[in-house]
Order: sequence, then C-alpha cells, then structure tokens
Amino acid sequence: MDIQDHTSQLHKKGFRARLQGFVATVPLIGWFLGFLGAVLVEYLLGDLISYYLYLPKIPVLFGLLSVLKKPLLIPGTIAYLILVYGLPILIIVKTLQKQANKLAGFLDKRPVSVAAFVHLGLFYGALHLWADMSDYRLLVLKLTMIAVMLTLSINVINGYMGEFSCSHPGFMALGAYTASTITLLFFANDKQFGDALLPETFGLYFFPLALIAGGIAAAIGALVIAIPSFRTRGDYLAIISLAFLFIVKSLIENLEFLGGPRGMSSQPHYSTLPMVFTVMVLCIWIINNFVRSTMGKALNAVRDNELAAEAMTVNTRKTKIITFMFGAFWAGVAGGLFAHVLRYVNPGSFGIQRLAEILAMVYFGGLNSVTGSIVGAVSINILSEALRPLEIYKWIIIPLLLILVMLFRPTGLIAFTEFKPKELMKPRQQFVEE
Amino acid sequence: MALLRVDNMTHYFGGLRAVHNYSLILEPGHIVGLIGPNGAGKTTIFNLISGIHTPTEGNIELEGHNLIGHHPHEIASMGLGRTFQNLLLWRHMTVLEHVKMACYSQLEYGIWGAFFGSRFCHQEEKRLTAKAMHLLETFDVAHFSSQLAVSLPYGAQRRVEMARAMATNPKVLFLDEPTAGMTPDELNRMISIIRKIHEEFDVAIFLIEHRLKFVMELCERIQTLVFGEVIAEGSPEETQNNPHVIEAYLGSEDIH
Repeated sequence: MDIQDHTSQLHKKGFRARLQGFVATVPLIGWFLGFLGAVLVEYLLGDLISYYLYLPKIPVLFGLLSVLKKPLLIPGTIAYLILVYGLPILIIVKTLQKQANKLAGFLDKRPVSVAAFVHLGLFYGALHLWADMSDYRLLVLKLTMIAVMLTLSINVINGYMGEFSCSHPGFMALGAYTASTITLLFFANDKQFGDALLPETFGLYFFPLALIAGGIAAAIGALVIAIPSFRTRGDYLAIISLAFLFIVKSLIENLEFLGGPRGMSSQPHYSTLPMVFTVMVLCIWIINNFVRSTMGKALNAVRDNELAAEAMTVNTRKTKIITFMFGAFWAGVAGGLFAHVLRYVNPGSFGIQRLAEILAMVYFGGLNSVTGSIVGAVSINILSEALRPLEIYKWIIIPLLLILVMLFRPTGLIAFTEFKPKELMKPRQQFVEE
Repeated sequence: MALLRVDNMTHYFGGLRAVHNYSLILEPGHIVGLIGPNGAGKTTIFNLISGIHTPTEGNIELEGHNLIGHHPHEIASMGLGRTFQNLLLWRHMTVLEHVKMACYSQLEYGIWGAFFGSRFCHQEEKRLTAKAMHLLETFDVAHFSSQLAVSLPYGAQRRVEMARAMATNPKVLFLDEPTAGMTPDELNRMISIIRKIHEEFDVAIFLIEHRLKFVMELCERIQTLVFGEVIAEGSPEETQNNPHVIEAYLGSEDIH
C-alpha cells in the first residue's frame, strides 16, 4: 500500500514535471498559433459542436456566464471547452513546436519591431476572429483593453511612483468628454451640437487626434494634483486627488452644454477593435519604454526615498509633474475610447465605483509591473463579466478575492517585475544549425 | 580660490539656534573632518550646504557660484555629492540601478526619447551602464550589480552608497559618518577606499566622524563643533590636545 502510494506520487510528479518541461519549450508564437487554431475550430465548427453537446449556443465567455445561470450545462460546457480550445491548442502547439521555435529563432535575429509586429499581428488576427462571433464578446474585449490601459496608467502613479492617487476616473472623464465633444461637434449630427462641421468620412482619421486632445485635457487636469504633490504625500495627497475626482464630476454635472447629468450620447462608432487594440499596444509599449529607462527609474527613486533622489541629482519636481501628466494622459485616452465604445457617457460612470474597479485591478495584478497590470485588468474584468448573473454577490466575491490576494501577496500577483518583450518572444528550444 | 566656501552661516529651527556663525574653506584635494558630540549640528551643516535646508543667514559658494536658494538636485549636479548617516538606499532598486540613477543629470536624451525608446536613448543607457559598472568595480561591489541594494551586507551597502555618490561626478564629496556601525576590519577597508577615491577621482572630501582613529588618519584639518559653534579648528594633533575639545567630549574636571 505504502509503496503503491509512493510510486503513484512519483508518477504524478513525473507527469507534472513533463508538462512543465513541455510548456517551457513552447515559444510565445506557438501559443498564439494554437490560439488562432482553436478560434478557427470554433469559427467553423462551434455551432455544430455546441448543438451536439446540447448547448443552446456557443458559450460566449468560455461558458462562465451560462454555467452560472444554468448549472445543468456544466458538463456540456466543459466538453465544449476541451474540444474547441483544449485539444486544438495542445495538438497545434505539439505539432508545430519545432517550427514555432525555428520561427521564433528567425524573428529573434530581426529587429524587435519586426518580431513584435508578427506576434501582434497573429494575436490580433485570432482576437478579431474570436470577437467576430458575438457582439457581447466584442464589447467585453474592448472594455478589457481599455481597462488594461487604465490599470497600466494608474500603476505609473500608484505603483512606480508610490503616490496614492484616487483621481483616475476624473482623468478618464476629462478625456471622454473632450474626445466626445470634438467628434460630436465636427463629425456627427446630434441634438447637442447640431450638424457636423466637417464631412463625416474624415471622422475616423481624425479620431486619434480627438483621443490625443482628450489625453492632453486630462494631463492638464493632472497639474491640479501634481503641484500639491511637491509638498504632501501619502494620505493627504490621496484626499486631494479624491477631491479632484469630485470636482471634475460635479463640474460636468453642472455644465449644461455637456449634457449635465444626462450625459452625452450618439458618439460616432469610431472605437473599432483595431483602433482600441492599436492604442492599447502603443500605450503598453510607451509606458514600458519609459519605466525601463533611467529617467523612468527616477519614479522608483522618488517613491523609495525622495531625499536620496534629490541628493543624487534627480529633479523630483519635474519627475512628479511628468508622472502625473503621463499617467493622466493615458487615462484620458482610455476615457476617449471608452466613450466611443459605449457611445454614451454620463458623469455617473466616472464615480467612486469606477475608482474602486481601477484600484482593484491594479492592486490585484501587482504594483510596479506592466505584466501585473495586464493580468490584473484582464482577470478582474473577465471575472466581473462572468459573475454578472450572481448580481449583488459579485461585489462580495471580487472583494473577497482581493482580500485573499492581499493576505498572501501583499503587493499583488505579479509585482516588481520588468516586462521584457524581447525575452518573451525568444525561442524556447535551441537547434544546432546544420 | 577655495573650492567650497561657507561664510558666517547661521540657522534657526524655529527658536532653536542650530548653527551659529559657521565658516568653512575647502581647498581642492583637501580632506577636512567635522567632529562634535551628538546633537552638535554636524548633519544640519551638511543639510544646509547641500540645500535640504536654506540657512537663515550666511553665504555658500561652490567654485564661485552661490548655492543659496538652489534645489538640492541642482546643487548635487553642480558637483556636490553626499552620502547619508543612515544609508538612504532605494528599497526596490538593484545596485546597478542605484548607480545609474545618480547619473540622472548627465542623461542626454529627453523625455520623448525615453517614451519611444529611441536608438539614442539605448546608446545612452549602455554608456551609463558601462560607467556604473566601472564605478562598482572601483568600490569592489560589481559582483552584486543585479541584486537589490538593501539585501547586501552592511559594509557593501556603504560602498554602494559611496559609488552612487561618486556617480554624480562630484568635486566635493560629503561623507556623513561613513564608518557608523562598522567592525574594525571594515573600518580599515573604508579608510583605504576613501584614500583611493581621493587619489583616483581628485575630489575634496568633507566628512563627519566620531572615531578619532579614522579622522586622525585621514584628515588634514579638523573642525570641532559644539552646540552649533566651531570651538576649535586645526590639524589632528592640535585638535587632539585642545583643552576645549577634551572638555566638550569628556566634560570638565571640577576642582574646588
């Protein structure tokens, strides 16, 4: 009996070790190929498979939603996930392991931009196809990408510089309203601003400019917090930033030409998936460049010891202004995208609730880490969508999860790491050149 | 012309007179020590000169440039490097990052270069890394370069802090109790390191210290500070035999 236990344990360990070994030898591009394959399977056979598994339709969000509504669908959904995602990914990854590694090795010798372009193109293709199958998926995907931007930008202030800023929804609102005003004024016929001033066909090309304008508006708003931050830190700055959030919110509520508490609606449909994806990639790339440079490391120096930073020639005031404006800029851009995804904004959507969501994402994912921000934003966002059927209990489960994370990993899941795209895209297996 | 010149500096913290009529002339290449009992105002003098506090009265000049009213980072980039009594290292940064950080004012690329990761920015980063590694080798801590500075042994932390101060390209180096909490072995090592810096980088050094052995061995001139006032100034031997200094340190003998 004893011996049997022992051998089975050994076997288990061997299997796990083998699985881990296998996973470690698959490059990123292999996983992307696998994902693309799985999505293709779902695209072509999804309806058929779900019909034979007695599922009412394709499980939209990996079945998380429908399972909570109708627990009877659990076995069917699991079978579906295995058939459509698990097996194809495993098969493709296994068969293409060698080729994928060779491809990764080939790309590794090219400039990083080329490799990144290929990876992102592949990933985007898969995502596009995946989102094409349902409007709900598309919406969740866009909102998740916007959440990634928000989380990353607040991480610059709260994580990298260590100030507790609560004004992110305020920055977002500034960006959302500025961008919406521009697009509504120039490119849309609506009841607030009347007829479009420019031909509507220009709209999509000018949209990035509207986003940048939104970002700049938010960055200018951030000065209101950056300047007091020279003299105060910690709790007091948190209160100032919270006050800023309320100022922005009540300002918008009382400005009649922005629609007051009723908000603004019928923004043109500019936040397409490629647009949101491109802006998100730009955001990740620029923020990651910044925080990895010595100039960006100055944020850490200011956080860990401001006095020492000053004595080591770091211009702390400039650093603080840059950080707040930079973080706010991306929050503003994300706000502009957000307004054009929902095509409706009102002051109510930029309140304490939104702040709680953003803070949950950044502290869940991990401070001072780009990877952590992405993980936090994606997991909290998907979770909060998936738990939607539970209604009010959702707001018990997510905070509970946060408490657990804080207990076991006080700085978040993946904190204090560097995000190195080049390392990520490297081949995981070396072949001797013949 | 003196490298660093302080004239009649006085400073009040509210009603407390922390420093009174303090003057200092530091010539290029000299090592001057500042000693005195606890609470005499030694660190305050460091903080006043390096710009953390602004003196109530008086004048400070570095190479003829007035330092009063400048931010500490400006004073530091003008050529005044310093270390701290209680090792102000950055908690989440590696040893290499510490030294590179101190080159902040030497960064040639702008903020846009940092955002878009320009080629020039990468070249600059490489140049700084090379410079930092060279400094770390000088201080014998290069093998720790990728570790967090706070996880090192105490003596190594001190050396990292000195390497960091040297990365700012100082003309004058302020050392605030460089041997606090060190064993005799580490003390001897520190003496040789300070000598090495002094020769190799050609800096003037101004240091606060309690251990007489250390001060006697290194300094050419010693100032003794008591209650914010200099009571004696002179060579190590003069200071050692000065009755005021002995009184300040050991107390006076009451003879009735």
